[in-house]
Amino acid sequence: MAGTKHETMVVNKELYHEHVHDDHHHHHEEGFITKYIFSQDHKMIAKQFLISGIVWAILGGLLSTLFRLQLGWPEENFGILETLLGRWAPDGKILPSFYYSMVTMHGTIMVFFVLTAGLSGTFSNLLIPFQIGARDMASPFMNMLSYWFFFIAGVIMLASFFVETGPASAGWTMYPPQSALPQSSVGSGFGTDLWLMSMAMFIVSVLLGGLNYITTVLNMRTKGMTLMRMPLTVWAFFFTAIIALLSFPVLLSASLLLLFDRNLGTSFYLSDIYIAGEALANSGGSPILFQHLFWFLGHPEVYIVILPAMGIVSHVLATNARKPIFGYGAMVYSILGIAILSFIVWAHHMFVSGLNPFAGGVFVIFTLLIAVPSAIKVFNWVTTLWKGNIRFTPAMLFSIGFVSLFISGGLTGIYLGNSALDIQLHDTYFVIAHFHIVMGMAAFFGMFAGVYHWFPKLFDGKMLNQTLGTIHFWITMVGSYLIFWPMHYMGMSGVPRRYYEFSNFEFAKGYEDLNVFISTVAVIVFIAQFFFIVNFIYSAIAGKRMETKNPWESNSLEWTSSIKGIHGNWPGEIPEVHRWPYDYSKDGYDYIPQTVPQGKEDQFLLKKQPAENAALLEEKRV
Amino acid sequence: MASLGYKYEYNSPVHPKQFALWLGIGSIIMSFAGLTSAYIVKKGAGYWVEFSLPQFFTFSTLVVAASSLFIQLAYVFHKKLKDKIAITFLSLTFIMGLAFLILQYKGWIELTNKGIALDGNPSGSFVYVISGLHFAHIVGGLIAMFFLLAIKWWRLKRPIKKLMNEVDPERNTSLKLMTTYWHFVGILWVYLFIFFQFN
Repeated sequence: MAGTKHETMVVNKELYHEHVHDDHHHHHEEGFITKYIFSQDHKMIAKQFLISGIVWAILGGLLSTLFRLQLGWPEENFGILETLLGRWAPDGKILPSFYYSMVTMHGTIMVFFVLTAGLSGTFSNLLIPFQIGARDMASPFMNMLSYWFFFIAGVIMLASFFVETGPASAGWTMYPPQSALPQSSVGSGFGTDLWLMSMAMFIVSVLLGGLNYITTVLNMRTKGMTLMRMPLTVWAFFFTAIIALLSFPVLLSASLLLLFDRNLGTSFYLSDIYIAGEALANSGGSPILFQHLFWFLGHPEVYIVILPAMGIVSHVLATNARKPIFGYGAMVYSILGIAILSFIVWAHHMFVSGLNPFAGGVFVIFTLLIAVPSAIKVFNWVTTLWKGNIRFTPAMLFSIGFVSLFISGGLTGIYLGNSALDIQLHDTYFVIAHFHIVMGMAAFFGMFAGVYHWFPKLFDGKMLNQTLGTIHFWITMVGSYLIFWPMHYMGMSGVPRRYYEFSNFEFAKGYEDLNVFISTVAVIVFIAQFFFIVNFIYSAIAGKRMETKNPWESNSLEWTSSIKGIHGNWPGEIPEVHRWPYDYSKDGYDYIPQTVPQGKEDQFLLKKQPAENAALLEEKRV
Repeated sequence: MASLGYKYEYNSPVHPKQFALWLGIGSIIMSFAGLTSAYIVKKGAGYWVEFSLPQFFTFSTLVVAASSLFIQLAYVFHKKLKDKIAITFLSLTFIMGLAFLILQYKGWIELTNKGIALDGNPSGSFVYVISGLHFAHIVGGLIAMFFLLAIKWWRLKRPIKKLMNEVDPERNTSLKLMTTYWHFVGILWVYLFIFFQFN
């Protein structure tokens, strides 16, 4: 069979040469531009998404570290702030208007550019074709466009830092009327137009990517790869793409109306507004309309962020616990449950916007229902670990860390989903603590787990340094809790989010020391990320190469492909699949890859380590 | 597909690109669903000015319906290897598409002359924005159709390319995708037209 395929490829090559000759061209080798820049190879596009994501994460993290300096030491002047921010921080003190720009850009960058594009973009691209046994995406060309639209979105967003009025400052949720009226604040000037244009490009990128992921999963699976034999990673990416495809277009519509309100005098979101005693001409609009449209995307968006991390964690946990994932079917259906529920809970972000209390009650019920599939997943992860033969690789540590964060952050979600408690808790640091733990840090942990685990598939078989990875994990893990846990207490006593400083408020004065503590840890955790960055850069260039094709002794298909990333992934025929990917510690075999036919397990074991396993098998036969 | 460096393989009855197009149509529907539901919510909240749609929108609806018929004919003849007739029908579709754009523009002018301005009451603004977004989707379709026509035309003039193309299994794919998209944007306009009429 392999021979036949090889022939096909040779014939194709000849045809290709003829074709090239016919058109009087002489390039058939991939050039630098088609290989590294406008690449259509899913592995290269995954790398582009990952590296862009890391660059954005450094910027997003730096912004938060800098505004934590302001929150921790509001009276101090920091020379470094003036060096970095220039006229936005005269004498080393951030201007209040720029503080709002910083929190806005931190949120936008982290939610969209890092945890959507950097996480889902990277791993959907890398793993879908590898794990379902496809040579590439359904449309490699559209896949390339997806990255470049993301790149353009990034350039526009970055440019907004350099316009005279600075970047957008209405919060990552971009609520009108502040975002709709250029005169309302400094950042609502041209920066907000750039924000909206950037998001439009970003949405196009997400849609092109999502189309490809769904199509590839449904149409390009190799022989034997039934849907219920797919790794949970692929299931997660699949549902993520469906959610994205249904929710992002609505944000596009919302942004379109906002752009019209800003620039063409329409009144979709504006009515009866007085600025400096003067009435605006706008009438008939409603700012609440924007909130509905925004959160119709915004809530599913948090699942777009967390589902890929859940998929990665499920896969890494089973592999490194050397146990079949517990409740595979329940895992798949709970992702489905979360995906459906994600579309009918958006108004829990709007409990205090004047929403009808009856409608609020309905949204409370749906919101609390999400606890059911989430709890199913948590129990299944914990049960997978139970009595496992755990290998504490950095990827595994980050996966276990993910489960921990998801539980502690998820529990506070139950408080916030209650419309009565929300009257006290909304827009306080309690919310900040909740979503940073459950979706921010948890998703980051999923991303780190993915990078540590699949790094060899990204960089031709090179591995990340495990010791540095372990140090990176512990500082980040402890740091995340130290930063965000205390914020719950601040939030419960009503300390509001997005405030520039609290010195003038009597009730918040008791938290001055706590703010100093949080800021100190934030700086340490930010610096600790360079353990990862340095490890990443060094290992990508000169990392230790893996000794076998399958360093984690994993069952899924990506580890059967060639070590060096080649076009088309497998040099010969695409392997056929005979079983699900979680046959670990089954019938006395440590692991049985998906490619091993039922009843041929012995042969696989003998081929792997003949001397060692012959005796073992003999023992079994007796 | 040889330029990919590997064979394009898929295990499904539907062409993956056709499937991807359906998904894309799904997400376009979502963006219009977002806008039309915003329209309904806003209308329910009051402050709403009622007016009748411009006459030109009726004409443009007829034109877009006719163009759907033409592209279907183009596809049918293309499948029967009658490329010349197919190209003729595709060109007709293209012209009808341009006519649609002009009629929409005329419709907007008519609306403005009636006193319904873009920056007036949201009831009018919605009609401009939603029909404008639909207009953009037609423009996108026409750009794709222009390139498709150029390629088909170029092939027709080169006997060897034409022969090679006749045995190519992917021969009908691009026109089929174009046809699906064009029917969709046509039906989308008919839906929007009816929606505006009754709301």
